[in-house]
Amino acid sequence: MVGNRHACSLYLLIWFMLKRNNIVKFKEALIERLLLCCSLLSVLTTAGIIWVLLSETIGFFKHVSVIDFLTDTQWTPMFTNKHFGILSLLSGTLVTTFIAIAVAVPLGLISATYLSEYATDKMRHIIKPLLEILAAVPTVVYGYFALLFVTPLLRQFIPGLSGFNALSAGLVMGIMIIPLVSSLSEDAMHAVPMGLREGAYALGSHKIQVAFKIVFPAALSGITAAVILAVSRAIGETMIVAIAAGQQPKFTVNPLVPIETITAYIVQISLGDTPHGTLEYSTIFVCGTTLFVITFFLNVISFKLKRRFQEIYE
Amino acid sequence: MSSRRLDKKIDAAFKFVGLAATLFGLVVLAALVIDVVSDGHQRLGWDFLTSYPSRKPEQAGIFSAWVGTLWIMITTAIFAIPLGIGSGIYLEEYAKRNRWTDFIEINIANLAGVPSIIYGILGLGLFIRMMHLDRSVLAGGLILALLILPVIILSTREALRSVPSSIREASYALGATKWQTVRHQVLPAGFGNILTGVILAMSRAIGETAPLITIGALTYIPFLPTNPVAFNKEIPYIHLSLQGFLDPFTVLPIQIFNWVSRPQKGFLVDAAAGIIVLLTITLAMNAIAIYLRYKNQKRW
Repeated sequence: MVGNRHACSLYLLIWFMLKRNNIVKFKEALIERLLLCCSLLSVLTTAGIIWVLLSETIGFFKHVSVIDFLTDTQWTPMFTNKHFGILSLLSGTLVTTFIAIAVAVPLGLISATYLSEYATDKMRHIIKPLLEILAAVPTVVYGYFALLFVTPLLRQFIPGLSGFNALSAGLVMGIMIIPLVSSLSEDAMHAVPMGLREGAYALGSHKIQVAFKIVFPAALSGITAAVILAVSRAIGETMIVAIAAGQQPKFTVNPLVPIETITAYIVQISLGDTPHGTLEYSTIFVCGTTLFVITFFLNVISFKLKRRFQEIYE
Repeated sequence: MSSRRLDKKIDAAFKFVGLAATLFGLVVLAALVIDVVSDGHQRLGWDFLTSYPSRKPEQAGIFSAWVGTLWIMITTAIFAIPLGIGSGIYLEEYAKRNRWTDFIEINIANLAGVPSIIYGILGLGLFIRMMHLDRSVLAGGLILALLILPVIILSTREALRSVPSSIREASYALGATKWQTVRHQVLPAGFGNILTGVILAMSRAIGETAPLITIGALTYIPFLPTNPVAFNKEIPYIHLSLQGFLDPFTVLPIQIFNWVSRPQKGFLVDAAAGIIVLLTITLAMNAIAIYLRYKNQKRW
């Protein structure tokens, strides 16, 4: 009788422990599922972007032929004589991007080399965060600066410069993306093993030779990743060009006249009172698709390159 | 021998060129700050902070703009911070290395580089057209939350990666479960760096203009979102309301953009004054983040 009672309570105890263990297991599994859902949200975001863009873009191309879209050099969706040639917006985007890259890449790479190979640790720790501030300034502020400071300044040297132009917008955009180039390139250069440098020194090289003939080539995939990311950023930049580059779609490479970029066009239509659901309104989705496709390829290439340098040296 | 001397000279020259190139951006930044402050300082004052936008530049202010920014930031934080940190924890602590996680990773890297205006178009299609949230605080906050989500995820992952695995192993050795280890050991150890990332992400969201313009937020807003807490004379004396999240809004960068795009000189002064406020907020947040990062530099 007594032994039976003991067995019974032992059984209860084991049952309780098992149950408690189950609760813990259940809770653990639940938490893992919840966290998984959080990270699936980013996949859903991409899916959402593609779905929104595609559903409108397909509707647009039922009215406009793809060939006209890609080869026509006029963009006049708001006129009675409608033309939908993306080239005129794309040329605006490429001109500002080119100017920005021409500023950001040399400055960014020189400062990355300097910070990685020449500066002391202490200096690097002070300067790097300061440079990051350049990327933290809101773009609308840069737009103001380009329109009301840089353009008037440049006009003193270039008399033919319009009030709105690709040049000052591109220059200011270049300043903004310097940290993007320098920070990632510096990481790549920093990851190059000390042994490579020491080997070169042992052969009698100078610091400048080590920097440009050893470290630079060894970090090339990381540096390329940084530059591609900068190009993608410049193509997608909106407020600076919307404020300072103008609103005139033009198929030109002249940086001194007002142009319009893809992003600035989207802003222009969003500000206006074009009724939703019209062909004119669906152009912003088509522009969005163009933008997304270009930046998507650049981002993925950059990601793969970046991963490669991380795999080699880390 | 002469080539060696030449190399030495080039070396010294590069030291100078490198420093100049590095400081060039900062010089431009200084010019920007000086330009903006000299343009806008005379407009700055109590009136400017407590007035609604107006047709007359001398009377216009940023009251509805900074209150709107506050509303949007709270909404963004509510969604982006838990989801971003949760997702970062999953990818760094739970996920196994396989094709599926690889896909999620590329996806997040791409989202971090998608132009912000695309998020505006996403919001337009999803929150405005499908969910009919209109031009509300909720729609704006959700768009910005999606926008900064990848930033928070990436910085959370980096913060957790820097926590040494010996800490996890010790916790397991004491019989802790996975979640107990993450919750009580890994997260507290990486907290400082996660916070830095969150602050930087929020400072980016404060300055975003383009995605909010896309959903049509650029309107003349001479009022505030409904107060969440209102007092009245009847029982129960206090009235709580979430209506504010569904009200239209404007934010600081949009107000500034509106003023910049007007021809009158007076509005440009208003814009400069608004920029001083916006820059103060973002630079202060960045300073806090830099300080936190500096303080949390732990060598394990």
